[in-house]
Amino acid sequence: MSATPVAHHFDDADQQFYAAQLGMWIFLATEVLFFGGLFAGYAQYRYWYPEAFAAGSGHLDLVLGTLNTTVLLGSSLAMALAVRAAQTSHTRELVRLLIATIALGTVFLGVKAYEYYHKWHEHLIPGQSFQLEGEHAGVAEGPVELFFSFYFAMTGVHALHMVIGIAILGTLVVRARRGEFHGDYFTPVEMTGLYWHLVDIVWVFLFPFLYLIG
Amino acid sequence: MSSHIVQKRVYYQVFGALLVLLFLTVAATAIEDPTWGVVAAVTIAVVKATLIVLFFMHLAYSAPVVRIFACSAFVWLFFLFIFTASDYLTR
Repeated sequence: MSATPVAHHFDDADQQFYAAQLGMWIFLATEVLFFGGLFAGYAQYRYWYPEAFAAGSGHLDLVLGTLNTTVLLGSSLAMALAVRAAQTSHTRELVRLLIATIALGTVFLGVKAYEYYHKWHEHLIPGQSFQLEGEHAGVAEGPVELFFSFYFAMTGVHALHMVIGIAILGTLVVRARRGEFHGDYFTPVEMTGLYWHLVDIVWVFLFPFLYLIG
Repeated sequence: MSSHIVQKRVYYQVFGALLVLLFLTVAATAIEDPTWGVVAAVTIAVVKATLIVLFFMHLAYSAPVVRIFACSAFVWLFFLFIFTASDYLTR
């Protein structure tokens, strides 16, 4: 196991790790506000158009949404266990758990892609071809299209974060296999874990607000 | 490295709790009153997020400075919601 090189401006490896941890949380704070802006917009329009948002929500597949939430929570468990495996210098277990996290994340994205395809088929993508079918007594189409604008913007940007996370996890698998991570140095694994968990938390809020209205 | 190593059992228990809360989230759609429905959904989501932050993200075992910065994210989020809402509500 190689000793971690400590950059000259740190007292020791511990301080270097805590600096990385603090820096990562500051970045996550910006992410919270980034998604927060979308949630704030959503909250305002839902307050103004409750029936339209409920009608839009009714078009989302509750079973797939619940399944996806379970899959993502599972991927967070795998990620947390992966960090622990790195901490305890269990390289093979670390690699397996990182791959499991990637696999579950990919399943999530696959389900999302299927949902998006379905929405395209049902003419529910905002734009020229948006058309609300079925009976929705007294609900204007405009606000429902607005709901779907929020749906695609929020889940789309969330999915983009997942893709980036999966790519980073891929690089971690390569590095882990080379034996780069162990009890004395596992910072990249811990940082990626923090990022992944935050993306999971975003979905924990997205799911009830988009799928479970009314 | 002196970072705290969390027992696997804790991770599994948190995961179990998250699944139970997910079940409750879906069950809460049965609440008739829309306001209480939103309150229930937000409350359950906040509990889930808190569990993830404390245990999966190790905030329960992190240095005080890190915890302050993490909380500040949600303080600013709170500002965002409060000031946006109060603008619209007072028009």
